[in-house]
Amino acid sequence: MNARTRRIVFVGAAAVLLALFVRGFGGLALFGAYPGPYGDVLNAVAVNERHALNVATAVIFDYRGFDTLGEEFILFTCVTGVVLLLRREPAPGPRGNKGRSRQPRRLPAVVPQVTEALQLFARGAIGLLLVTGAYVIATGHLGVGGGFQGGIILASAWLLAWLAHGPDLLDRIARSGALEWLEAIGAGGFVLTGAVGVVAGRAFLTNVLPLGTAGELFSAGTILWLSVLVGLEVCAGVVLLLREFARPPGTPGE
Amino acid sequence: MSVTDLLLAALFALVALGGTAVVLTRDPRRQLLVAGLFGLLLAALFHALGAPDVALSEIVVGTVVIPLLVVATLIKLEKMK
Repeated sequence: MNARTRRIVFVGAAAVLLALFVRGFGGLALFGAYPGPYGDVLNAVAVNERHALNVATAVIFDYRGFDTLGEEFILFTCVTGVVLLLRREPAPGPRGNKGRSRQPRRLPAVVPQVTEALQLFARGAIGLLLVTGAYVIATGHLGVGGGFQGGIILASAWLLAWLAHGPDLLDRIARSGALEWLEAIGAGGFVLTGAVGVVAGRAFLTNVLPLGTAGELFSAGTILWLSVLVGLEVCAGVVLLLREFARPPGTPGE
Repeated sequence: MSVTDLLLAALFALVALGGTAVVLTRDPRRQLLVAGLFGLLLAALFHALGAPDVALSEIVVGTVVIPLLVVATLIKLEKMK
């Protein structure tokens, strides 16, 4: 199919899509007109029911905690898939290696270019990022934030450390297996916390911890606990991703 | 037209311009920077529309995860050291 035929096919398909788009657009509600009942219901009852000030976080970790479990496992599976796909590549050897015709090249080790300005910036920023990430995770139910956002902020501190100080620290941490443990604790802990609800005779992921007073740090029951778990898992997952990509081929994975 | 409407209109226009800019930047390394700025613009729009959690998520994803993944892929493809 040459370029001209492709263009004709594209224009035809785009015309149909445009017609559907315009028709669908006409049926939308007005900008700013909120039709559904759930938002108003949640705004009315969530703070009293869960003693959490951030209704969005209460929905994510309590009312619809099951969806968050699925999303956490999406990240978990992605990281696992990347680790599997980028596992140890064969070193250059004699031909006839299982019929591989590809000749692996010796790629250099992946080391970012370090400048002094970056190192100076990293010295101040890494600590700041760690504290900010922990704060965002811990106060997810009180203000804006939550486990996912704080976890990524924590991971960015690791990225900065990798950029400024080279891959040695990351390699050492990764070799010790700590990252896999953190990720597993984050993912498995979520499931176990949900199972506690089942053991207590109620539904999966019921909020079983004491709810406390709204506005205090230790309130809202399992919402804070699940937030911490998700933050751990997200941070460990992203750092694992970075490590897998930045590992020079030929070195063994874990 | 209240101030909120003006702000929203300006942010929408900026988001549209930013998206076009991201598409028109061809070099991957420069496109990363533009994509990060576009993420910040989107986050500002989300915040103005009354969704601060979504805005925070967009900030962290657009400035940390997306550049990380693109840089990691480029490193793997040996286009960038």
